[in-house]
Amino acid sequence: MKLIIFAGPPTCGKTTVIRQVIKRILTKNLKPSFIKIDVLFADEDETIAKDFGIPTRKIYSGELCPDHCNVVVLDEAVEWAEKQGSDFLFVETAGLCLRCSPYVENSLGIVVLESTSGMNLPRKIGPMLTLADIAVITKIDLISQAEREVFRYRVLEAAKEITVVESNALYGIGIDPIVRKIIDSKEVELPMFLRGNPPVGTCTICVGKKEIGAKNHFGVLRTMDQDLFYVGE
Amino acid sequence: MGDIISIVGPTGCGKTTLINDIELFATKNTPSERTILINDEPVPEDFTFDPSKHPIALISQHTNFLSDLPVGDFLRIHAKVRGADNVDTIIEETLDFANQLTGESINRLTGMTELSGGQTRSLLIADAVIIGNSPIILLDEIENAGIHRTKALELLKKYDKIFVFVTHDSRIALLSDFRIIMKNGSMEKMIITGPEERRAAMELKKIDDVMLEFRRLIRAGEEITDEIFNSQIKNLAYSN
Repeated sequence: MKLIIFAGPPTCGKTTVIRQVIKRILTKNLKPSFIKIDVLFADEDETIAKDFGIPTRKIYSGELCPDHCNVVVLDEAVEWAEKQGSDFLFVETAGLCLRCSPYVENSLGIVVLESTSGMNLPRKIGPMLTLADIAVITKIDLISQAEREVFRYRVLEAAKEITVVESNALYGIGIDPIVRKIIDSKEVELPMFLRGNPPVGTCTICVGKKEIGAKNHFGVLRTMDQDLFYVGE
Repeated sequence: MGDIISIVGPTGCGKTTLINDIELFATKNTPSERTILINDEPVPEDFTFDPSKHPIALISQHTNFLSDLPVGDFLRIHAKVRGADNVDTIIEETLDFANQLTGESINRLTGMTELSGGQTRSLLIADAVIIGNSPIILLDEIENAGIHRTKALELLKKYDKIFVFVTHDSRIALLSDFRIIMKNGSMEKMIITGPEERRAAMELKKIDDVMLEFRRLIRAGEEITDEIFNSQIKNLAYSN
């Protein structure tokens, strides 16, 4: 089975791209399944199951950071998809803090970026872009061609080896090259490992400490003027 | 030799869809299910994958930029992407071209998002012609952009390119080498501009220039007196 992980800022068009990909994968008589990892609300699993009749799941990360949630549940997700007899598992995640990236070794990592987000977006989102295999640039019908070229340049400046695909996913334009890459990707291997280095330290805020100020926290900390230091065992 | 082609037809007849299909090299993958060929051949794949090899520039009806960059930086990156050697000269030339089309001049430090509709259109046309140096340029309703359209046609004619105008403007249509008439989403008819139409275009130019002069006067805060009106209308020296 092949594992395809889609990440990207909220409302960038991830689901629209995934729906077009699923439609094309199904016409080739291949079997996809779909998992959505989100924080508070998601209904993509229901609409995709209804529209395409494929196995779907959703996982709410709730109190956990969604990237963290992805790391701790992905092995079970892969087992689930294999039990469904899937050829492909598509995972859609809401990467939020921009310090992690959800991609694992021997999977295909696809970042979805909205062309209207401004020229600095590729410089702002770190490993979610730099560790991906494909950058899909969506909503290209909303900007000028000159801006498309400059945006693409900014993407390649941040991630030199990445394959850039420009797409107007509503009309399914630019989807075929993504499908080809997905079909040619490697089989997932267990145990899985994250591609990138996670950010330093355990986050006390993630586990629920609300007090403001470094003195109230442990792990890797900093103050206004002092660089990173470590407090704890 | 360049060509000027117009696409005409009532609103909703599929003019914009046609040029969007051309720009995307549609292969039955757009809502119209049209296929675009170049000289009867399928389009090479790298035309679509590498924007710098794309032979077509489309200037759409969108008159806003979304780039959070100053004009100079934006043009510099675009010139670099297009492999220009003398980036500074080319930026200068682009701004100069754009400033001939717009009333309010653009400089390198202006933010892209601060440009007006007319400035944006002017800059996009200049960028497509000079930096993009695209052999085929598609322009969607240039007349609505608040730019000097006669000047634009004059300037554009100097470059050996194919210009395709989607237009409701009778003068642009009649100054084209030929025009395509759209109906119900498809190309219905093609008319090659003959000598009679060229003469009509020259006459219409006079009317248009008078209208432009009235616009200029009104914008400048002038009152349109009988004297001004009559002298302008006399300029038409109308005789049938």
